[in-house]
Amino acid sequence: MTNVLTNRFHLKGAACDIQVYEQHGGYKALPKALKEFKPEQITEEVKKSVLRGRGGAGFPTGMKWSFVPKESKRPKYLVCNADESEPGTGKDRDLMRFDPHQLIEGMIIAGYALSSNTSYIYIRGEYWYIKEILEKAVAQAYAKGYLGKNILGSGFDHDLYVHPGAGAYICGEETALLESLEGKRGHPRLKPPFPAVVGLYGGPTVVNNVETLAVVPHIILNGGEWYKALGTEKSGGTKLFTVSGHVNRPGNYEVPMGYPLMSLINNECGGMLGGRKLKACIPGGSSVPILNAEDCEKMTLDYESAASVGTMLGSGGVIVMDETTDIFETTRNVTHFYKHESCGWCTPCREGTRWLYKVFERMHRYEGRPGDVELLYDLADKILGKSFCALGDAAAMPVQSAIKKFREDFERRIKHNIVQIQKAAD
Amino acid sequence: MLSQANEKKLDEIISHYPVKRSAILPALYLAQEEHGYVTDEDVKYLAQRLDMRVNEVEEVVTFYTMYSRKPVGKYKLQVCRTLSCMLMGAEQIAEHLEHKLKCGMNETTPDGKFTLMEVECLGYCDLAPCLQVNFDYHEKVTTESVDKLIESLK
Ligand SMILES: Cc1cc2nc3c(=O)[nH]c(=O)nc-3n(C[C@H](O)[C@H](O)[C@H](O)COP(=O)(O)O)c2cc1C
Ligand code: SF4
Ligand code: FES
Repeated sequence: MTNVLTNRFHLKGAACDIQVYEQHGGYKALPKALKEFKPEQITEEVKKSVLRGRGGAGFPTGMKWSFVPKESKRPKYLVCNADESEPGTGKDRDLMRFDPHQLIEGMIIAGYALSSNTSYIYIRGEYWYIKEILEKAVAQAYAKGYLGKNILGSGFDHDLYVHPGAGAYICGEETALLESLEGKRGHPRLKPPFPAVVGLYGGPTVVNNVETLAVVPHIILNGGEWYKALGTEKSGGTKLFTVSGHVNRPGNYEVPMGYPLMSLINNECGGMLGGRKLKACIPGGSSVPILNAEDCEKMTLDYESAASVGTMLGSGGVIVMDETTDIFETTRNVTHFYKHESCGWCTPCREGTRWLYKVFERMHRYEGRPGDVELLYDLADKILGKSFCALGDAAAMPVQSAIKKFREDFERRIKHNIVQIQKAAD
Repeated sequence: MLSQANEKKLDEIISHYPVKRSAILPALYLAQEEHGYVTDEDVKYLAQRLDMRVNEVEEVVTFYTMYSRKPVGKYKLQVCRTLSCMLMGAEQIAEHLEHKLKCGMNETTPDGKFTLMEVECLGYCDLAPCLQVNFDYHEKVTTESVDKLIESLK
């Protein structure tokens, strides 16, 4: 394991206290950033690190920051996306509950880079106790002069607030999040304009994931080149993966980009539960295409390798399934999730996810009709690329990839096939 | 109306934003904490307090799953049903609770103590199966640990 973001996790949460955080290397990057860097130099350093957004889309962070106009009539905002609701993902949870100051320090530096005086952490409502941890940490940072007016005598002012969500997956989508933060329903906005130009309260806004922002102090302390060199040429640095499902030691693991997926499963996670065989794995949260065992052998944990086996790194939620798993049932499960979480704004996603689930339901009862597997695939096709936001794609891709890779689990659900199987048995 | 303590909290929260309306989600939590659910009066009162129309508040309350517009049990038992928890036996946990409490999903026990709910991913996937009692997390639950938990809730 490479410890960059998790190097204070062994303190089991003691680093929530600002003194302990400082004793373990904390709040060293902020004074350095304010003294030695001009705002745009910070963005340059982040560009050198080739850090890509850890929220799911993998957009280059330095580039996103450079889209924010220097001059703006409206205030600029920084928003930390701590909505963490992608099934299979619980990494931001540990980053916040074990080391909240790391995130706060990263946000103050990012705020400085963007010349923004206000930031918000939008945290999912279920993480109420973590919201309280963050609020305590923020109060300590104010008391020490790391937040507020004229931070460490630099002339830079920054305020940071923690804002709770209330149970809506769609509010993890950045424009829906901004709507929610403005006190409305979480429906996504039309893009462009992108939030970097027109975002919160109409001001230029950067939305970044918790993990993305937590990396920033390390880049300032050790340099962008150093961070990049931890990973591969194109996918720099390290990344946290939440491993869940049929492994001996599920949990959050930080590994260098380019680390083999099977090593994560066999070494860090102690192998498959009960010594059973691997059947399938979803490597980036429930929204990304599923892999079979053969693909898993080939995949390393970086953006390029993920693409080469037809999937994505997504949120880093690695869901592992053994040979006893019925991929029809797992796909039905996630389809229920997307049907439930569809915000209802656009027709392909709202109606499409309901239709999908209806077909799943009858197949679940072994009452599938001939052609239902094709129907599922086709329904997913009617959502894919035709919806207002990426949630639609996230609902469609798992269905299509599961049918492609594990068709026999679906065919078994067709009534006609069951009769045939029974006849053959008689 | 909210208690004096909560009114003070709400004033502080409103000061975090350039527009009052941004405080609606935190405000609804305060109301729900005080009254057990979001009442008709809460909706009217918060509309006036945050410069919103009543239907705008109603729109928000009904969009987000963590608010309830009708009374619920003292303890909301929220069992995660999503993939990682399903792989680790969430269905058995849910069925066990249904039998034990003689209560279906989204129902409240006659004594008003428990409301049983199935919810989507709680972000504890590596600690599956998991459930939440009001805001408290319980990780890697088993039918035995759930029994103990129910007994401990008075
Ligand atoms: C349906 C949906 C849900 C999302 N949920 C999250 C989330 O919970 N956390 C997150 O950081 N990003 C989430 N995203 C991605 C955000 O829209 C956005 O790309 C991200 O916060 C940007 O931060 P990054 O560049 O640091 O990754 C979601 C996107 C979609 C379409
Ligand atoms: S794709 Fe789904 S979640 Fe996105 S806007 Fe349309 S209905 Fe809402
Ligand atoms: S699937 Fe249950 S907590 Fe994520």
